[in-house]
Amino acid sequence: MNIKDQNTDFETRSLDTVCINESQLEHKWYHNLKYLVIGILFGIVFIKAEIISWYRIQEMFRFQSFHMYGVIGSAVVVGIISVFLIKKFNIKTIYGEKIEFHDKTFNKGQIYGGLIFGLGWAVTGACPGPLFAQIGTGATVMIVTLFFAIVGTWVYGYFRDKLPH
Amino acid sequence: MEILELIREPWPWYIAGPLVGLTVPALLIIGNKSFGISASLRHTCAMCLPANIKFFKYDWKKEIWNMFFVFGILLGGVIAYSFLSNPNPIIIDGNLKAELAGYGITEIYGMLPEQLFSWESLFTLKGFFMMVVGGFFIGFGSRYAGGCTSGHAISGLSNLQMPSLIATCCFFIGGLIMANIILPFILSL
Repeated sequence: MNIKDQNTDFETRSLDTVCINESQLEHKWYHNLKYLVIGILFGIVFIKAEIISWYRIQEMFRFQSFHMYGVIGSAVVVGIISVFLIKKFNIKTIYGEKIEFHDKTFNKGQIYGGLIFGLGWAVTGACPGPLFAQIGTGATVMIVTLFFAIVGTWVYGYFRDKLPH
Repeated sequence: MEILELIREPWPWYIAGPLVGLTVPALLIIGNKSFGISASLRHTCAMCLPANIKFFKYDWKKEIWNMFFVFGILLGGVIAYSFLSNPNPIIIDGNLKAELAGYGITEIYGMLPEQLFSWESLFTLKGFFMMVVGGFFIGFGSRYAGGCTSGHAISGLSNLQMPSLIATCCFFIGGLIMANIILPFILSL
């Protein structure tokens, strides 16, 4: 792939998304097992802290419990400190690459999409991460919810150019 | 064995929140990856049914790490459920309990009310709104917003991004509207 193709690909890949692979390195597939391990640990935290609980989400949106505010709030504080330290000390990845950050630009999608997402979050009691964890706990019917989340993503992709941004 | 007993208890927010937050630097340091989950839904589209839509025409193999990550979350669910399950029933707020009882939802255990989220209720009108329409909104909304709770509320806010703050506020407003205004109608169906 030449540089120009790579750049267009990166542009498409990074469209409407936060989480992107910034690394330019090519690795064998088993390097991805690192992410599997982080995912497993993350999934365990999800379950043990009851972040995937429909009840906890309902309590949050009814201001009946501090739990979810504590989880999200302290996660953001730790995240802000981590990103600050990475930038300040110019910390590199384990492969010696510079860690990249990109500024997001505002578009109206963050408002319309955000509101729609919020409706889905409160009714199912799950955002995409907890959906995977819930399926892991044996709530197999949530496979249907995950499937329709994929359908929703596809429909967005199909109508993307016609939607206000 | 005491440690295992302690792990089986529900974890407080001040343990869980920082661990969730540490996922951000962990993914950045092990491979320059920004933390986010809903992108996995898009990669699934790109893999299975790109249908010549530009939005799904990209080199998804570059983002295969994200699929490993979400599969890990699923496995984490299996492990926590099989070995670290809390033996005691979930404790929920009294007002919520009373409200749910008003809709006939009285079996409060596990993570989800089985009376609402089960294969049987999938084929009811209530189940259709809660599982099918709800799922669609999650997928459509998160992509339209450019990220979900992890991408915007955790990653984006960690990097002090204004668009992520706007998105997070809108997630919350949407959630408030659903939980307090629309959900009561759905539950009484």
